[in-house]
Amino acid sequence: MTPVQAWEIAALVPDPELPVLTLGDLGILRGVAVDDGGLVVWLTPTYSGCPALREMSRDVAARLTAAGAGEVRVRTALSPPWSTDWITPAGRRKLAAAGIAPPGPAPRRPAGPVPLTLSPRQAAVTCPACGSADTARTAAFGATACRDLYRCRACAEPFEHVKAI
Amino acid sequence: MGFDTAYEAITEESDDQRWAFGTGFADPLAGVETGVPDGVPGADLGAYCLMLGDDALIMSHRLQEWLARAPELEEETALANIALDLLGQARLLLTRAGYADGSGRTEDDLAFGRGVSEFRNVRLTEVGDADFGGLIARLLVFSTWRLALLDRLRGSSDPVLAAIAARGVLELTYHRDYAAQWLLRLALGTSYSRERMAAGLAAVAPLIPELFLDSDLELRLSPRVAVRPAELRAEFDSVLAGVLDRVGLVWPKGSGEPARRGVHTDQLGPLLDELQSVARANPGATW
Repeated sequence: MTPVQAWEIAALVPDPELPVLTLGDLGILRGVAVDDGGLVVWLTPTYSGCPALREMSRDVAARLTAAGAGEVRVRTALSPPWSTDWITPAGRRKLAAAGIAPPGPAPRRPAGPVPLTLSPRQAAVTCPACGSADTARTAAFGATACRDLYRCRACAEPFEHVKAI
Repeated sequence: MGFDTAYEAITEESDDQRWAFGTGFADPLAGVETGVPDGVPGADLGAYCLMLGDDALIMSHRLQEWLARAPELEEETALANIALDLLGQARLLLTRAGYADGSGRTEDDLAFGRGVSEFRNVRLTEVGDADFGGLIARLLVFSTWRLALLDRLRGSSDPVLAAIAARGVLELTYHRDYAAQWLLRLALGTSYSRERMAAGLAAVAPLIPELFLDSDLELRLSPRVAVRPAELRAEFDSVLAGVLDRVGLVWPKGSGEPARRGVHTDQLGPLLDELQSVARANPGATW
């Protein structure tokens, strides 16, 4: 199996927490290489405490082995850290189709110390149900670290949004 | 598909062991290049990662105590998210410590196998919170200090420490925002909420000087690998003053004698009793 073929198989593994997305869509598949011992696949965690990394590693190894890859080693790539900017355009479309508003661009950090945000920051988020831009954030922390909660003022639909980070 | 028992329904047949308290969990640094940079004593690097990991582990545990006790569901979710981020940082740092010092100790060995005198966390992380105002004061101090520290550690000559720090900075940024925004709401809310916020600040003030004491270890490892805590003081003071000025609160005077890192309050023992109880009752257990 070539690295390109292996990449295509690994990229299609669904994310355990957001199964509408694949590891390729999320941008957490960092690399595939072939060495003497077989295939090496690099994944990066989204957050330091991401509990899904182990499941993802197991799923990637199982899919590649089933496709005849031989020995597969899944490794962790910590640098550069993941950000939502790694989510692909296809991934963003799939999120919106699943009723989860995709993230905007990650905030750019100015020079100097990390700025403190004293008024709750609210991204310009479009309702994934009706397309209205008249939405309001209802909670800054959602069911997983990567999501917050919004409500649409136009159609009243509550929905999740992937935080830009 | 039907199941005979609820347990069967939530478990799956696999060769992998399910984790009970961490055992069997994937090595969080699996495959990361774990060599120690040239010229850096592995024991020192290990000790440094251990204290940064202990700070995150113990702070995370205290935050987890708020679950099912927070004033609102939204705050419980927020605190759980923050606790999980810190637990993740702790896992990476403890694993790094066990590699770097050459002992081969795992994250579990370090988290569950040490006693009070071997923990290197600052006292700020181990004290319990009297109320939500106390928690907010402690979280703001902790996240402001740790954010300044990790931001500088992004440039560490240890690539693993630098990568852990770079990820941690993004997380601590919203931990600090969360705490600062709550401080404003409590301080500008009712006279009672303002009083509780001021009491929280008074309770945490004596624990602050310890955060900025340079130890021999940090002096040896800085500036290449580590950061001297004293260098963080100006940024810390400036951020905290900015928040407190906005609500007309000031730090209480007389912050007390700084303790050396590794000197603990009598609250760490009971905390570890709970944190380590399952691991101690069932050594090496998996399920």
